[in-house]
Amino acid sequence: MNRVISTLLLQRLVQAGLVAWVVGTLTFILTRALPGDMAFRIAAGRYGYEQVNAEAAAAVQAELGLDQSPLIAYFHWLSDLLSLDLGHSLVSGESVVSELAHQLGHSLDLALMAMLLALVIGVPVGILSGLRPNGWVDRLALVSAVALRSLPPFVIGLLLIMLFAVQLGWLPAAGHGGGSHLWLPAMALALGLAAVSARVTRHGMARVAGSPYYAFSRTRGLSEGQTLARHGLRNVAVPVIAYLSVQLVYLVEGVVVIESLFAWPGIGHALVHAVVARDVPMIQGTALVMGLLFVTLNTLVDLVSLYIDPRRRLS
Amino acid sequence: MTNHWRNLAMAALGGALLFPINVHADDRVDVVAPWEINSLDPVQAGHVYGRMQIAETLVDTDLQGNLVPGLATDWQSSDDGLSWRFNVRPEVRFHDGSRMTAESVAQSLNRTLANPGVLSQADIDSIEADGDAIRIMLNAPYSALPALLTHYSTQILAPASYTEDGKVQELIATGPFRIVSLNTPQRLEAERFDEYWGEAPAITATSYLAAPRGETRALMAQSGDADIAFTLDAASQARLRMTPSVALHAEPIPRTVTVKLNAAREAFDSVEERRALSLAIDRQGIARGVMRVEDAAANQLMPAGMGAWHLEGLAAPEKNLEKARRLLESQGWTPGEDGILQQDGQPFSVTLTTFADRPELPVIATALQDQWRQLGIDVAVNVGNSSEIPSSHNDGSLDMGLLARNFGLVPDPLAIVRQDFGPQGGDWGAMNWSSDALNSAVGELISATDEGRKAALEKQTAEILHEQMPVIPVAWYVQTASVNARLGGFAIDPFERSYRLSDLHWEE
Repeated sequence: MNRVISTLLLQRLVQAGLVAWVVGTLTFILTRALPGDMAFRIAAGRYGYEQVNAEAAAAVQAELGLDQSPLIAYFHWLSDLLSLDLGHSLVSGESVVSELAHQLGHSLDLALMAMLLALVIGVPVGILSGLRPNGWVDRLALVSAVALRSLPPFVIGLLLIMLFAVQLGWLPAAGHGGGSHLWLPAMALALGLAAVSARVTRHGMARVAGSPYYAFSRTRGLSEGQTLARHGLRNVAVPVIAYLSVQLVYLVEGVVVIESLFAWPGIGHALVHAVVARDVPMIQGTALVMGLLFVTLNTLVDLVSLYIDPRRRLS
Repeated sequence: MTNHWRNLAMAALGGALLFPINVHADDRVDVVAPWEINSLDPVQAGHVYGRMQIAETLVDTDLQGNLVPGLATDWQSSDDGLSWRFNVRPEVRFHDGSRMTAESVAQSLNRTLANPGVLSQADIDSIEADGDAIRIMLNAPYSALPALLTHYSTQILAPASYTEDGKVQELIATGPFRIVSLNTPQRLEAERFDEYWGEAPAITATSYLAAPRGETRALMAQSGDADIAFTLDAASQARLRMTPSVALHAEPIPRTVTVKLNAAREAFDSVEERRALSLAIDRQGIARGVMRVEDAAANQLMPAGMGAWHLEGLAAPEKNLEKARRLLESQGWTPGEDGILQQDGQPFSVTLTTFADRPELPVIATALQDQWRQLGIDVAVNVGNSSEIPSSHNDGSLDMGLLARNFGLVPDPLAIVRQDFGPQGGDWGAMNWSSDALNSAVGELISATDEGRKAALEKQTAEILHEQMPVIPVAWYVQTASVNARLGGFAIDPFERSYRLSDLHWEE
């Protein structure tokens, strides 16, 4: 068992290193390849567009040494990365690490809350649907899942604000500060995730509920609840957890849109702004952290899968 | 990380209770606006600190744009206009309790001067403390210097605000409100500063949130999360008008949508061609359809309220394709087989560059594309980053650019006019166009002190710009705000320097 886990961790460590290098190099090449003058763009990000003129661009150029060759800049970045130095934002002048630390926390709040809500909503609905396939709960859940998944998170977000903030006045519409600000953006992301989780759970549940060992447990005289708890949940959990890693893509995409709709100060929002302002160290740092986050979360999902599914540990 | 676990826990608790949390029943004035706080440094983000009345400048403005004393009590210039003296207000305390001195003011301004910004408009030789005043020496006269000192980049910070290498590490300023917490780029909270030199505000606490999306701001206003929400789109305005808990305000501001033309291009090198382009624009249509304000149609560069810079008695803008065609014909442009105008076999084919920082610009660009096509001009629209206009101005590759120019960046439009229409043109103004008459009028204005003479010169300059059309004015802006109906004393500052929160009060 230990060997399986250590192999997995080693693989993922190598993967993380590769992701860091590829993401960093790609963002470097892409930002250099974008049309437009870098100095002018950075100046626009710093001083606002109306203050931008040749003089401001020249000042930025001189301060940041933008005229050095791209190759030298690339190797500078690479050696800084090896010493875990992500540099300073070209726009705000703050260190990239401190900006990311601040923003990543907010994004993690949002992402974790969304995943938690998605499981809390999706799994029970899926189990209820799976226990009575093609029953009315199943049909209703299918229709809602299709509807929720077809709507972009942006639209779900707007509808939630209108209902809970404007009509009912229960929750704040946007912004951040208190805990209550987290609910609507997390819910906007969670509904789309829950839609898929509910369907995956439903199929897993239907398969387990139709299996001989499940029927045997019932004939042994265990109640429906006991059977579900002893022989159902763990088996259903395997595909649900495994599918979470696929859903991470939706989550990362969603975070970018939802953060800007809800004025939530996270990493997705920061990435959009960094791209617009051609803030290369910020783009690299953000993309790097998002890539590594992806690897980390996938690793976590794998570890949890290993934990709940002994067959994989032993093989 | 501890913070984020706490937030999660709080959220979970809130959910467990499933209890309506009344988020807006407090006395804090919550402002939401589209502009992010991208730095601690006033040179970069001073517009937010100025509007939230956290930082102040030597010279202030009233709602009509007249200069009034700020951190300077009064100012004089020498007869030759080269030496200026600003008397620094006594008994002013910074937010850390330290006293503002002439030295600290000079230090703050010298730091601003070292950065790109409006101060470089005036040819400044030195800024030094001189007793209880500061003395600014110029290499050439510049009568609009006090107007430059209203700009947010010249906000005065305490010496303790800066690190040794001159970076801003903390915002210690003098305004009636003091920062309690600042989370760049989105949020700040402030409280009343009890040792403020001026009249104490009635409001005890404020907050600012940068919400880039218009829908978000409008919904926050509607739900009561925001007490003041700025810059609302037309659809949201209609909805908010039916919401009894808010009042809508709208005020024209000196910001104009203009088309910048490269006068070195064959297509734009004559007045007739530029006038023809102007005549083909349906300004009323753009005002109604895009800006959603009837009065937005611009018949000249500067809107009313800008003194002599606004020409009185001009007719409303007209669209006249017939006249436009005749003007172009007089310049040798005749329709080709495909309906596109030609001159010596060359088609009238140009690129209009614009940007999306202001969401209405790309929409106006496509409207112009269509309207000019009716005249037989083939226009390609290029929506890029805002910096493409100054950068392609400088390398000469720009055909035409659509932009929004704020002539009220400092209260005296002369600063911007001089920057945009000088002998070399300007990044956001004329390109390869110059007028000796305008240069001599602006040159005289720079050192003029007689008000009557100044007004005459301003009018003359405005007339030249109107007749020569180095840039084509399209529309004027109207700033909108939705305000909690319980808040009294609100007014929009047309120069967008201040939200005037210190004038507000809660009505019983």
